[in-house]
Amino acid sequence: MVNTAPAPTTDVVGAETPDLSRPRPETTTVKDTPGYTVFRWVNTTILVLVAAVTLYPFLNLAARAFSSEAAIRSGDVTVWPIGFNTTTLMSVLEQDLFWRNYLNTVVYTVVGTAIAMALTTTFAYVLSKKYLKGRMILIGFAVFTMFFTGGLIPNYILVSQLGFKNTIWAVVVPQAINVFNLLVMKSFFENFPEELEEAAAIDGLTTYGIFFRVVLPLSKAVLATMVLFYAVWFWNSWFPAFLYMDDPEMYPVTVFLRNIIAGATGTGEGLSDVAVQIGANVKAVTMLLTALPIVCLYPFVQKYFVSGVMLGSVKG
Amino acid sequence: MATELRGKETWGLALRKHWRLYSLALLPVIWFLVFRYLPMAGNVIAFRRFRPGGSIFGEEWVGFYYIERFIQDQAFWQAFQNTVIIGALTLVIVFPLPIILALLLNELRSRVFKRFVQTVSYLPHFMSVVIVAGFVFELTSLDGTVNRLVKLFGGDPISFMQQADWFRTIYVSSEVWQTVGWGTILYLATLTTIDSQLYEAARIDGANRWQQTWHVTLPGIRPTMMVLLILNIGQFMQVGFEKIFLLYNTLTQPTADVISTYIYRVGLTSGQLSYATAIGLFEAVIGLVLVFSANAISRRVTGSSLW
Repeated sequence: MVNTAPAPTTDVVGAETPDLSRPRPETTTVKDTPGYTVFRWVNTTILVLVAAVTLYPFLNLAARAFSSEAAIRSGDVTVWPIGFNTTTLMSVLEQDLFWRNYLNTVVYTVVGTAIAMALTTTFAYVLSKKYLKGRMILIGFAVFTMFFTGGLIPNYILVSQLGFKNTIWAVVVPQAINVFNLLVMKSFFENFPEELEEAAAIDGLTTYGIFFRVVLPLSKAVLATMVLFYAVWFWNSWFPAFLYMDDPEMYPVTVFLRNIIAGATGTGEGLSDVAVQIGANVKAVTMLLTALPIVCLYPFVQKYFVSGVMLGSVKG
Repeated sequence: MATELRGKETWGLALRKHWRLYSLALLPVIWFLVFRYLPMAGNVIAFRRFRPGGSIFGEEWVGFYYIERFIQDQAFWQAFQNTVIIGALTLVIVFPLPIILALLLNELRSRVFKRFVQTVSYLPHFMSVVIVAGFVFELTSLDGTVNRLVKLFGGDPISFMQQADWFRTIYVSSEVWQTVGWGTILYLATLTTIDSQLYEAARIDGANRWQQTWHVTLPGIRPTMMVLLILNIGQFMQVGFEKIFLLYNTLTQPTADVISTYIYRVGLTSGQLSYATAIGLFEAVIGLVLVFSANAISRRVTGSSLW
């Protein structure tokens, strides 16, 4: 599976750019003490266990999704399906409401991310201009909301009074700017080469032209990172929809899943045995389908997330 | 830009010169005013009677009526106590673990294995809290893996989610599972910036591996630790509302009910909006005080701070 054997003790020369998987540079070629050799074996074992414990719920979920109900009930399913079948998968896929809600999630994610990107990039660009009068006021104005918020009830009253209930706006608008993402973008724009903007200004471009035709096209990597951060947030979001929507047709798939989990475990109204038994299988399939897009996409986009966090840590 | 002026620039001049730039900030500023500052102002209904369908700022002043009410409310103090306990457990257990994991990863010499563990451990961070709650229910159910292990060691199956005694353990475990891997990123990034000459110097002075970690590595990541600690203290009162809301039930409520879930029940289930707002305001003010105090203490003691 993975190389768990101790690596050679030669020095590793890492790249200058922060590569988080680069091993710690060895300061010496002196042989390890016996104590340290023992430590390295223990350490490797611990980290194998960390990886195994992290992955286990996913493997268990996949196994349950394709196991027979009897096998799940007996408690024997661990990481491999018992009584393999796709009946539950098919029964979930045949539900109109599931597809309807899945589609809602896609729409909310796309619209929410678009609004979020529009507001975040423009504001971050303005905040990055150190010569701008009032810049510090605007930054303080945004950052203060990280530490003090209106709270659940005033937000609920506001969103209800705006007439957002049972509309997409309740889900996408109140969460449109994440201040952490805003600060990440701001610090990126602060490091944007000034000469490029000055050259564009000399060529007769206005601020709008510079921003849309010079700055944004040259910021694709950081924009991709931000899109991913927001998209994952909107994909995973459930509470605003739960709070502001009572029409099942409008639910995102996370609320669909929440209702199945609540119904099957007794946190909701029903605590019947029937619900418990039906839940075991259907729950696993629905969870699997909800998590699948992120799990599948994740290995390819992981580096963007990591770079986004590091960008924010430069000055945030 | 090149046209930057030294000294005092009047607002009129600044607006005339940079009106395009200011105009880009217009929509975001309106958004902040409406969706962040208006609800803040809406907290005023903690001191005013609110009528559904009426003004979002309430109808008439009632002074400290709602504040006095929650001070005498046993259920509120129960929730307050649970919040402090869960917040403290999170701070004591979940905060240090990423540091330890980052240090362990830092000792690995195989790049492939290190990358594998990192990639795997970041994954839970991207899962919806609904999925995480689903995992918790699956693993702790009577037919779940945890009970399989209990039976393996000769115990009787436990209905974990129905027992108040187990709630905090389960909640903190799920937090560890979801957040510790992702939490290592900033520490690992800081570790790459530590000058390797420091290690060399420590080694020449006779420091062994452990002493190098203690005297070089840990001081190197201390500023990062302090900043994250301040941020964590600021969130002390906002223990994972969504997760607790999904996980708790009437049986586990004695240990699981926190201020935010109590606000939800009082405000949105029972419809006592002003009363719930008063509690929410109290919680928010504590959070603000905590983050400012933590920042001030950290600046004086360690020299690192958020602002």
